[in-house]
Amino acid sequence: MISLAHYLVLGTALFCISVAGIFINRKNVIVLLMAIELMLLAVNVNFIGFSRFLGAIDGQVFVFFILTVAAAESAIGLAILVVLFRNRSTINVAELDDMKG
Amino acid sequence: MDLIVDNLELIAFYAFAGLCLASALAVISVRNSVHAALFLVLTFFSAACTWLLARAEFLGIALVLVYVGAVMVLFLFVVMMLDVRTEKLREGFIRYLPVGIVVAVLMLMQMVVLIGVRRMSGIGLADIPGKDFSNTEAVGMKLFTDHVFGFEIAAVILTVAIIAAIALTLRRRAGTKHQDIGEQVRVKASDRVRIVKMPSEGKPEVRQ
Repeated sequence: MISLAHYLVLGTALFCISVAGIFINRKNVIVLLMAIELMLLAVNVNFIGFSRFLGAIDGQVFVFFILTVAAAESAIGLAILVVLFRNRSTINVAELDDMKG
Repeated sequence: MDLIVDNLELIAFYAFAGLCLASALAVISVRNSVHAALFLVLTFFSAACTWLLARAEFLGIALVLVYVGAVMVLFLFVVMMLDVRTEKLREGFIRYLPVGIVVAVLMLMQMVVLIGVRRMSGIGLADIPGKDFSNTEAVGMKLFTDHVFGFEIAAVILTVAIIAAIALTLRRRAGTKHQDIGEQVRVKASDRVRIVKMPSEGKPEVRQ
């Protein structure tokens, strides 16, 4: 039988993988955005697990909201990325140091 | 055989969760961004399958439709539109790999200990709803009664995101010709036709 722990461990593992992804792909903005999407997915897995095992539907409503905000975030993030590439012809994070003092 | 049938749900969960984690690892480690986006699709798809096992059918389908159908297509579109050289972006990958692995493993261990997996695994399921229970209906009832304000805010956020994305990427290149409808409608006859009064020249003389 699936228990709550299964979903919590799945969410935790996904979250840790995405943290590692942010550490090792420090130069590539696209992969950084993907890692953020993975983090949001990990949180959603937790919500779904708790919603199922507490028998409360509110968790699923919150997942719905998180999905909305994540979609908006990735749309704006990718738009910024396109503008950035148009102006600098690079998406390398290390070269984006215009605001360095 | 009975063991397999009894634990069919658990086996399916392990299969989908394993696929999910494996493809998440592939997302952060493959060289090509297009492949990373496709592995992200696989991650979301298998996560949606685990959600279906938790009887969150509406959100499982919504995840496939919204993420696999829309957001990932957006990602692929952007990745393919940008001419990115990956070799330059990969430098430092090996350097930060040990740090990343150490941090991730430490975090995983801390969290697993913190949430007390051993204790949690004893927590029983809520009662499985009956055959005529509709998850979509239940989510809809909750969404449009208790959380209707949040729903409206979500709608506003999506609208703002659309406008922001368009406003950011819209550009007017210098030198291109645009039709200005307002200018065309506002035009008056005096702007286009000039009537010139000239004295008549009389009868022209025929030159020999």
